[in-house]
Amino acid sequence: MTDRLLEIDRLSVDYETARGDLKALRDISFDVRKGEIVGIVGESGCGKSTLISSILRLTAPNTRFRQGKVRFKGQDLLQLPERKMRDLRGADISIVFQDPMQTHNPVLSIGQQMLDIQHRSKASKADKRARAAQMLGAVGIPDPEARLDQFPHEFSGGMRQRIAIAMALMSEPDLLIADEPTTALDATLEVQIIERLQELQQEFDCAILFISHHLGVIAELCDRVVVMYAGAVVESGEVREIFHDPKHPYTRRLIDCDPGHIKERARVLPTIPGEVPDLANLPGGCIFRDRCDQATARCMSQVPPLAKLKEGHHAACWLNHKEAAE
Amino acid sequence: MAKSRSELGQIIHGVARDPLGLMGLVIVGTIVFCAIFAYWIVPFDPVGMNIKSRLQGPSWTHLLGTDQLGRDTFSRVIAGGQVALQVALPAVFGAMAIGLTLGMIAGYGPKWLDNLLMLFFDTIRSFPTVMFALAVVALVGPSLQTVVFVVMATSIPTYGRVARTQTLTLRNSEFILAERSMGASMTRILGVHMLPNIVGVLAVLAAMDIPTVIALEAGLSFLGLGVKPPTPSWGALLKDGYSLIRQTPWLVVGGGLPIILATLGFTFLGESLRDVVDPKLRKQR
Repeated sequence: MTDRLLEIDRLSVDYETARGDLKALRDISFDVRKGEIVGIVGESGCGKSTLISSILRLTAPNTRFRQGKVRFKGQDLLQLPERKMRDLRGADISIVFQDPMQTHNPVLSIGQQMLDIQHRSKASKADKRARAAQMLGAVGIPDPEARLDQFPHEFSGGMRQRIAIAMALMSEPDLLIADEPTTALDATLEVQIIERLQELQQEFDCAILFISHHLGVIAELCDRVVVMYAGAVVESGEVREIFHDPKHPYTRRLIDCDPGHIKERARVLPTIPGEVPDLANLPGGCIFRDRCDQATARCMSQVPPLAKLKEGHHAACWLNHKEAAE
Repeated sequence: MAKSRSELGQIIHGVARDPLGLMGLVIVGTIVFCAIFAYWIVPFDPVGMNIKSRLQGPSWTHLLGTDQLGRDTFSRVIAGGQVALQVALPAVFGAMAIGLTLGMIAGYGPKWLDNLLMLFFDTIRSFPTVMFALAVVALVGPSLQTVVFVVMATSIPTYGRVARTQTLTLRNSEFILAERSMGASMTRILGVHMLPNIVGVLAVLAAMDIPTVIALEAGLSFLGLGVKPPTPSWGALLKDGYSLIRQTPWLVVGGGLPIILATLGFTFLGESLRDVVDPKLRKQR
């Protein structure tokens, strides 16, 4: 038994559409170790959501798993029967979604929902209720016992997100997937939620897969980071490594574009010119070449492999290979 | 309905605050009260004939006069209300329950099942209700049960379609995805999470549908396809009144007024209920 909790191994996922197969994920490989926080960054449409739904196997009907494995504690989730998969969801793997205004059932009280989520437990109703109140307290909801009887619309966005976190952690999962949990919140709340997540992670000792496009949050929270672009991993490694010495031009540009990194006042915020390539009709060579200012002839014809640069730092760019210097 | 009592109290409070809702509540309450306690309220036996005092106008003895057989119209109106509710309530709630089940299956199940159920709904809807009633009555004869069956069968598609649309909307909502990613089974999602979201909408629809059903029962009885005489029914009263309008106008009043009142009452109640229950509107409450 390794200390690897989740291993994504050369995962490729397509969406079948009228325009042909949309190659949403290509050759994704990374892993999450026990008790570790791994961040996934990438702009909209880079396949973050497809990745999450693939891990949970809650994909759209037109999804096709072309190759690869998603191993959780050693067993391949893609091969698991639906019943077994359902037993994992919400027990060993939990998720917190992006929009806290949408993740609760509007007609059931928070207490009813938190009791319902414990449907696997044999505990008495009173015990379940006590557990729900305890979890609400743990995420910092004041007067949890009374607030159990309130409905979602009686809570603010930040509180609802904390409730969602409480619900996700209720079963003490080994892996918590956080799908941009702070994107819909304002900056102050974002800090609160991040701090709360850090505390809870210590307390529950669960691994967190944290998806975000906010680099500052990733840098603050995560141990390691995976940078995705157009359905592929372009760089992965320790947070410190990635932020101080990015080895892929996309990562570099991403960091340059982060408002927190801009030192001089400018009229226009920097952006990465160009657009993400059409996933249904991928060009050959490096996927980033059209937007890269250092692209060479080789980038046009050959796909750069995700190469190990040093322990715990991988990047997929020809510039890191000795031949590129020629 | 998975709603706590405080929730139900809140709904009633919300309805009573709205003047139209309060009016609806009072009218419906009166009708239901009269129907339940009809046996004690009626001054005369609603089917008891008294040939000596036939076709009388209103008096202190006969509040709404008497008909061609000397039966007390007021007593028949009260007893007719009982019949109207005996038809309307089982028919509407039966149709709601069946429509809800089929609609949720259509909305959540596989596409082929959805198509099949929609075909079934559309087939039923394509029959004109009265024609359908004529056919059924010709086959099994007129009775209270026949009316209930006809009304129920013809209103299943209405509930089924609404339940299906709601289910379709809900199944793609984020909170249902959240439930699924928390390991909820299909029955749990449908029963615990979707049902309370749909029942509210259907309850409103049902409240609005009851007057239609009452009018339909009256219509069928008017045509002689409804309840058998001498059972009192608002429709039968109207029919007698229609043929005897030159002798006494009071039979038409006795049959028509309660239908109008019931229609208004249930419609007011339904509309007010919709504003209170609708999950989209409740946030602004």
